[in-house]
Amino acid sequence: MSTQALNKIEVKNVFKIFGERSAEALKLIGESHSKEQVLAKTGCVVGVNDLSLSIGAGEIFVIMGLSGSGKSTLVRHFNRLIDPTSGAILVDGEDILQYDMEALRQFRRRKISMVFQSFGLLPHKTVLENVAYGLKVRGESKQVCAERAQHWITTVGLKGYEKSWPHQLSGGMRQRVGLARALAADTDIILMDEAFSALDPLIRAEMQDQLLELQKTLHKTIVFITHDLDEAVRIGNRIAILKDGRLIQVGTPREILHEPADEYVDRFVQRRAATV
Amino acid sequence: MFPENFTFSIADWVNGWVDALVTNYGDVFRQISDTLLWAIVNLEGLLRATPWWLMLALVGLIAWHATRRVLPTVVIVGLLFLVGAVGLWDKLMQTLALMLVATLISVLIGIPLGILSARSDRLRAVLMPLLDIMQTMPSFVYLIPVLMLFGLGKVPAIFATVIYAAPPLIRLTDLGIRQVDGEVMEAINAFGANRWQQLFGVQLPLALPSIMAGINQTTMMALSMVVIASMIGARGLGEDVLVGIQTLNVGRGLEAGLAIVILAVVIDRITQAYGRARHEVSR
Repeated sequence: MSTQALNKIEVKNVFKIFGERSAEALKLIGESHSKEQVLAKTGCVVGVNDLSLSIGAGEIFVIMGLSGSGKSTLVRHFNRLIDPTSGAILVDGEDILQYDMEALRQFRRRKISMVFQSFGLLPHKTVLENVAYGLKVRGESKQVCAERAQHWITTVGLKGYEKSWPHQLSGGMRQRVGLARALAADTDIILMDEAFSALDPLIRAEMQDQLLELQKTLHKTIVFITHDLDEAVRIGNRIAILKDGRLIQVGTPREILHEPADEYVDRFVQRRAATV
Repeated sequence: MFPENFTFSIADWVNGWVDALVTNYGDVFRQISDTLLWAIVNLEGLLRATPWWLMLALVGLIAWHATRRVLPTVVIVGLLFLVGAVGLWDKLMQTLALMLVATLISVLIGIPLGILSARSDRLRAVLMPLLDIMQTMPSFVYLIPVLMLFGLGKVPAIFATVIYAAPPLIRLTDLGIRQVDGEVMEAINAFGANRWQQLFGVQLPLALPSIMAGINQTTMMALSMVVIASMIGARGLGEDVLVGIQTLNVGRGLEAGLAIVILAVVIDRITQAYGRARHEVSR
């Protein structure tokens, strides 16, 4: 029980199958058929395959894998943008799959926020309104919205752009708005779905530094999705490696680099060694 | 020849149905008709009682608010002045009243239906063929039953116009909402926005250009019904076109026709300008 209290997010035997005949597909996986076989037999795509992991409070947990490995699908389970086909997901020891619509909304408003790969900013609202969005949705007063939003805009270094529209900003600046929006909601957990992947290398490094700097004082639980091992090693306290919706290895960056669990992980590490 | 024993007709069945509707529910329809007529007559009275210079000033103001440019505003006011100058001001106001009421009803029906159809694929599958029928069915076909139910005059004209003019608005509202970026919807969902906040805070504002294009189309189609409306006794510019045709007075027909075009251009420019969202204007 004591470990349970420390774990912010706990995922237990989660399966996610896309398609009409998911029950059938689930049975086939149980009989240890591969992803390809299931697709051929039922037309269903296996997104997440029998995945269990736990994420501790206050850590930056990186989920890594190639495109199609199910990492973006997995992270959407944590705030139930996607519901699993089977399995359990606990946040702070509470089973979030039991939430009804209203409880889920409250959960999303208070406890978990998200940063998106292509930013997901509201094009018809100014930077200030975008950053304040999470606060406005949960009914904070105008003054609180403006104050908090202003604070986070300044923190991410966008002072002076409050009245700009998203389309007037560069990619890096837009993602700062996305980050500020998630931070302004002041949730314990922040999900970052390939948040820096669309940015060029220099801006990306800058954003990584900023995230680490912020984390020193904020101690949020951050779930960070990436396909880039360098990024994972740089910012992650722990890294999980996914392949075909399965968890291959979980460990600290050192463990991943020095004791790759299998040849798939090893290939990631080798590629990194080759480029350095 | 098509074999005789394969043929059938729904005409008798439909006739019986319409007859029953008229005899059993005639009073209800009369009531609807009277309420609607009251609204149109009052609006028409108001528009015609307004001094012409005040009307021009008002239109100028709206045009300025919509476009924020001097030249279109001046051209719009000038064109309307021209219509007055050829002696069609009164008829212009009558047509405008008819069109405004038809557009208002179309908006009241069209936008909610468009929103619902964007929500539900099933409703959309039912609705779209219906809209196709409404737009392609020759208007005279439904004018006859509408006449039987509501009598001659402005009210059946309004109904015929709404049937013809509402479909593009429904379609474009549906399209506009469906085209809202998926990641934006995912983002506001992730921040816990409820349906109401999603609809009024994000979907409708982002669909606004498309919805305004729909309203624009609706007004244009309403105007194209003006001549047909005059055939069943609605007053206005269409009447002059009709008289022009009947008396071979090409000149008079052309004048009224051009006045309809001018009204169309004016409304088109104003609604289109409102369709461009503010953040795009500043671009």
